[in-house]
Amino acid sequence: MTPPSDPAAEAVGCTGLIYSFGDTRAVDGLELSVRAGEVFGLLGPNGAGKTTAIRAITTLLPVPAGMVRVFGQDVARDRMAVRRLLGYVPQQLSADSGLTGRENVALFARVFDVPRAERAERVAQALEAVDLADAADRMAATYSGGMVRRLELAQALVSAPRLLILDEPTIGLDPIARTGVWDRITEIRTATGMTVLVTTHYMDEADQYCDRVGLMHQGRIRALGTPAELKAQLPADGGTATPPTLEDVFRHFAGSRLDKPAGEDFRDVRRTRRTASRVG
Amino acid sequence: MSDAPAAPPRVSAEPRPAAEPRLLFTAPPVRPGWRQAPARVGAMCVVELQKLRHDRTELYTRAVQPALWLLIFGETFTRIRAIPTGGIPYLDYLAPGIIAQSAMFIAIFYGIMIIWERDSGVLTKLLVTPTPRAALVTGKAFAAGVKSVIQAVVVIVIAALLGVGLTWNPLRLLGVAAVVVLGSAFFSCLSMTIAGVVLTRDRLMGIGQAITMPLFFGSNALYPVAVMPGWLRAISRINPLSYQVDALRGLLLGVHAHLAADFGVLALAAALGIVSASALLGRLAR
Repeated sequence: MTPPSDPAAEAVGCTGLIYSFGDTRAVDGLELSVRAGEVFGLLGPNGAGKTTAIRAITTLLPVPAGMVRVFGQDVARDRMAVRRLLGYVPQQLSADSGLTGRENVALFARVFDVPRAERAERVAQALEAVDLADAADRMAATYSGGMVRRLELAQALVSAPRLLILDEPTIGLDPIARTGVWDRITEIRTATGMTVLVTTHYMDEADQYCDRVGLMHQGRIRALGTPAELKAQLPADGGTATPPTLEDVFRHFAGSRLDKPAGEDFRDVRRTRRTASRVG
Repeated sequence: MSDAPAAPPRVSAEPRPAAEPRLLFTAPPVRPGWRQAPARVGAMCVVELQKLRHDRTELYTRAVQPALWLLIFGETFTRIRAIPTGGIPYLDYLAPGIIAQSAMFIAIFYGIMIIWERDSGVLTKLLVTPTPRAALVTGKAFAAGVKSVIQAVVVIVIAALLGVGLTWNPLRLLGVAAVVVLGSAFFSCLSMTIAGVVLTRDRLMGIGQAITMPLFFGSNALYPVAVMPGWLRAISRINPLSYQVDALRGLLLGVHAHLAADFGVLALAAALGIVSASALLGRLAR
């Protein structure tokens, strides 16, 4: 319950976070501390509880007071104050296709109370920051997947959040679009010093772009550290010429349980079905 | 003039030389609490207007049905003189009913839209902004109102072309807009409430189909309450559409209406709708 000595240095703190859907315990006693200013990667296979943890941190799920804090503010008690600190990009590509890119960003400027006097300029800067200035007045329906994702970044950035939360930001994108999205995230973070919390199951991305990673499996963090630290922890089993990757680390900590399909999250399944039914 | 801000180091080979996005470094000021809800409602209405500006197809296609009602049903029944309208031509009597009907059809669609927004992630993102759920629902309700008012203008123009003697008193027309907004707010919230219960688009589409026609026929839109059998009269009494039509007739045609009661019922219905839809919105977010 006691927060670390300097609560301002902690961007996200989860203490014994538990969340169940029916009989399925998606998050099972999660302990998490994301430091202010770092890029923290939450890694894990489908159904590890990453998205549920993110939804608890973003105030979307009702959690009891005392379990989750964002910059010292309790998610259950100070919902609106927490939301003002957050920029959130969900898993689905979610721009409003009936609006232009600029209008999509302007909506978020409006709901974050950006004063009218600086709204247009702020929206323009957010679009510029994600390389969409030239496409800003095209309908979002004409955007490619990578462009929509960058547009969502602009939507999240227009309110100058202290914590940017990205749930599988590169899922379904081609390699060039993936790099494009990550480059923008890195630039913005360098410029603003904001904290970034990202979930992914691409181990190579986590290795390359995250300051620290937490390996999540069956609702809990199983290993925590910088990618280099985690790889160094791996017992040298000799004989292998190639240096260990984060994937090896993951296999080591998650063990054989990783191979079992039992952990498949039904919420992921439901979302996939929804997407499938939307697409036709 | 001043040297105070440290001059940025001269970066030699920066690939992105764009000006620093300074505004993105500072969070916007927090608006005073009492101004937040109107601002959110305004934002949702702006989005609705922007969408309509980009794509007016819906405006045109939705004009077809009311035009047919007035042209075929209205003209025919005006000749038959089967329905007692209190001395005015049946077409005139029908026009306010058709305005209310087309507004309701638009509003009933909002539940499907909010499920679509949930599925596409748009709703989730909005729920993570400093927007209370009630403000979000109210915003959607008024956005439905904005769209319905535009639709009402189209129907009024069609009715005028067909020779319906409508008022052109601006105050009364403002009253018409208010009635249409309140009615649409109620019906969109009814639809979003059902969305919060059934949670899927397919089920909601079935229910939407199943309730719109009974709401329409179980109101005074086509015929006066006086000619209804007792049981239908009872339904009409609890049907907000009847109060909406009554107010529209009073305002547009100048016939006797119970304006105070109509506005009261519609405002109360809209408020109840907002409360129930907001309470159930969380179910869509989970």
